[in-house]
Amino acid sequence: MEMVENKLTSKDFSSDQEVRWCPGCGDYSILKQVQTVLPDLGVKKEDYAFISGIGCSSRFPYYMDTFGMHSIHGRAMAIATGLKATRPELSVWVVTGDGDSMSIGGNHFIHTLRRNPDLNVMLFNNQIYGLTKGQYSPTSEQGKVTKSSPYGSVDYAFNPIALCLGADATFVARSMDRDPKHMQAMIKRSFEHKGTSLLEIYQNCNVFNDGAFEIFTEKSSKKQQTLMMEHGKPLVFGENADKGIKLDGFKPVIVDLNDASVNDLWIHDETDLVKATIISRFYDDPSIEGHFPRPFGVFYINSARRSFEDLFNEQIDQIKEKNPAPDLDKLIAGKETWVVG
Amino acid sequence: MSQVLDTELESVVIRFAGDSGDGMQLTGTQFTNAAALFGNDLATFPDFPAEIRAPQGTLAGVSGFQIHFGSTAIHTPGDQSDVLVAMNVAALKANIKNLKKGGVIIANSDGFDSKNMRLANVPDDQNPLTDGSLSTYDLKTIDVTKITRAALQDSGLGVKEIDRCKNMFVLGLIYFMYHRSMESSIAFIKSKFKKNESVMNANLKVLQAGWSYGETTEMFANRFKVAPAKMEAGIYRSVMGNEATALGLVAAAQKSGLSLFYGTYPITPATDVLHELSKHKHFNIKTYQAEDEIAGICSAIGAAFGGSLAVTGSSGPGIALKTEAIGLATMLEMPLVIVNVQRAGPSTGLPTKTEQADLLQAIYGRNGECPVIVLAAQSPSDCFNLAYEACRLALTHMIPVFFLSDGYIANGSEPWKFPSTADLKDINVSFAKEKAEGDDKFMPYQRDEKLARPWAIPGTKGLEHRIGGLEKQNITGNISYDPANHEFMVKLRQERVDLVANYIPDQTIDSGFEKGDLLILGWGGTYGALKTATGKLLDEGYKVAHAHVRYLSPFPKNLGEILANYKTVVVPELNNGQLVKIIRDKYFVDAIPYNKIQGQPFMSQEVVTKIKEILS
Repeated sequence: MEMVENKLTSKDFSSDQEVRWCPGCGDYSILKQVQTVLPDLGVKKEDYAFISGIGCSSRFPYYMDTFGMHSIHGRAMAIATGLKATRPELSVWVVTGDGDSMSIGGNHFIHTLRRNPDLNVMLFNNQIYGLTKGQYSPTSEQGKVTKSSPYGSVDYAFNPIALCLGADATFVARSMDRDPKHMQAMIKRSFEHKGTSLLEIYQNCNVFNDGAFEIFTEKSSKKQQTLMMEHGKPLVFGENADKGIKLDGFKPVIVDLNDASVNDLWIHDETDLVKATIISRFYDDPSIEGHFPRPFGVFYINSARRSFEDLFNEQIDQIKEKNPAPDLDKLIAGKETWVVG
Repeated sequence: MSQVLDTELESVVIRFAGDSGDGMQLTGTQFTNAAALFGNDLATFPDFPAEIRAPQGTLAGVSGFQIHFGSTAIHTPGDQSDVLVAMNVAALKANIKNLKKGGVIIANSDGFDSKNMRLANVPDDQNPLTDGSLSTYDLKTIDVTKITRAALQDSGLGVKEIDRCKNMFVLGLIYFMYHRSMESSIAFIKSKFKKNESVMNANLKVLQAGWSYGETTEMFANRFKVAPAKMEAGIYRSVMGNEATALGLVAAAQKSGLSLFYGTYPITPATDVLHELSKHKHFNIKTYQAEDEIAGICSAIGAAFGGSLAVTGSSGPGIALKTEAIGLATMLEMPLVIVNVQRAGPSTGLPTKTEQADLLQAIYGRNGECPVIVLAAQSPSDCFNLAYEACRLALTHMIPVFFLSDGYIANGSEPWKFPSTADLKDINVSFAKEKAEGDDKFMPYQRDEKLARPWAIPGTKGLEHRIGGLEKQNITGNISYDPANHEFMVKLRQERVDLVANYIPDQTIDSGFEKGDLLILGWGGTYGALKTATGKLLDEGYKVAHAHVRYLSPFPKNLGEILANYKTVVVPELNNGQLVKIIRDKYFVDAIPYNKIQGQPFMSQEVVTKIKEILS
């Protein structure tokens, strides 16, 4: 009970710096949800560290009253890995964007997922370069007209979730800036997972790419266009929860629940990599007839793969145990010496 | 048995040369160990191709190892060799020009057959073993391959495995020629092949066969004795530069009470630092082989943020990739050591060849005004001292430090009168203390007398703060776009580096006159050659001196005064003129550049010739 007065609140995580994102930016909501969730995670305030790269999203650490580093473009995960490897007791968070993580930082992105340090990565995906004032990003759709692609971008877009699964990520989830409850739940689940948690957050850039996710976030179309995944529950969507996804062999099929039974639907299993791989490919352009709804929630969790910092430090501990009192003088002397004089 | 004459020699240079698969590096290091244990002073120079197994028999595939050992002080691997071991015609062709007139050639005749001649582009009718072209040398032709095969015919090994023992024959023979005990090599073979007895016995047998060959044939009427060197009393070991660098880092971690984090990516010739460190994890050493050079340094920055002694290591192209992150560490005012084992550039350049062309990069090579501390080791064992110094300065000044080594000293070895850890300078590190209720707000860019900011690591209550690459306001560390603040901070970061001059030793004259006609001013791995050259010039009566700069940014405070004591200052460098530019810029001294850019170290004689030319 005496702990009550010391209990942290979201205010404790708010720094004295003026938030300088454009008014209406989706980043505000993400900041708020993180500040809301953090006090309840049972971590001491001084044990949080937020590391970011470069981009609009990467200003994030300045607004958090925690230890933080606003580093260089694309490198947040590499820095965070070094911090976590040497200070495993800290709760280390990475804030990155689609350009920061998948373009300039692509190499660190895949290798961090492969190694699996216990980091909570929040990937703010707005499908545009915002800080440099509007160029197409690796998640911008092909044909995107921007300042650097006045005739449309010819590049194909990355599918971030599929990319993560390909890199053997152990926690992959998606949320959106305009669904605070869902985002809070996803942030909590990222934190709870031991290993690299990759949470993609659809974030609206109202200045350079306004409405990119409107079809998923607007009340009028959200139910039709999104698939809210829940572990152990059938994949149901639609205005009146009247549609579902069924697996025909390995082929997903949309069925009308007026014709088909909910018992025949695909039951979401977060631990099933094959199913996660299939569902990660629900990435169609929503304007295409017969497209799949866009999934949100946890795609995949692998709790068996141990975290990098555990393996890294356990090996050192084992070696130290075998040589409990290393002698520096002996090390410097090497194996063979001789005496002069 | 024939009459054998023993000759006393002051020093000898032997060059082992063969195909890169012939095991010449191993042969060389084995002989080096034996010479070191015997008490000779020595210096070595491994010179190998970039390819692990370069095309067999070709000039490009020649791998060499030169050792200079003596009863007097030895500072270089020697300009020219007294003995050349040539396992094939390509090895002979590549190295004959550096063999002294009248020098000994031990040639493996099997490596001079028509196939090898063709591979080395030598016409069939010009076999140097038989055409008389080597008549001015003491040529000893031995069919090493044939003898080795004969010695091992009952070993049960295949021809390939048998032929791999050839180098042991040569080693045994050289041991015989120089009256060396084979004990250290016997012990080495026994331990290396303890899991493969037939290979172990084969190597031992061939080693002995080499010795016996010298003893029983009449080919070696001369044997040579090189007495132990009169070195400063103490306990010695043999050490290579990269090994010394690693030991210096471990020592600094132990003395500072921090755990060492080495974030890196494999690259020639720096990788051996990683290899060495990764063996010593029981000293709480954390080595991290990252996905690329950038992740190497960035992981180190993360570790430094967390309170580790953080180090990254690489070579030319890798350092180029780390540049942006060095800028970040400078902005963060974070302790970080960057090891650069320089190699010949630009770009991929000559990966296994030495050069000292990254000095300007280390001092200036970043965007914006981005001063760091720069140190350079002058010899293999000096890598220990300066790697240690690099850590000390980084930790106590909260400034990134470049530690420059180069391929020549990284792979070269010398006897080292190693220090006792009790004698190493203390490294006192303290993290910022946790704040109590009611204390003033923590100021991450508050400064001490060194203008260093507090090292406030995550996990410390009340010290939550944000740092980053954006310009900082002094004291608060908040982002600041204020024009005057930026100018202030740029000058402050320079002042922080300049202040380090108060915490490093004065520049000394290594040898020669305190005032005189000419000062040879060097830095880095050219130390041995310049010292030897200076010695020769002094012997001939020239009023010269040699000073070797190990602290390159900032310079020792008295360097300017020293320069003023000589009519001429010459700056020999293995680059196109880098230190000389800075000396001319900083001290208005009309220093003369002397440059060699061939991927090879200076020969002391060419320095002597150049200095005489300047003085005449």
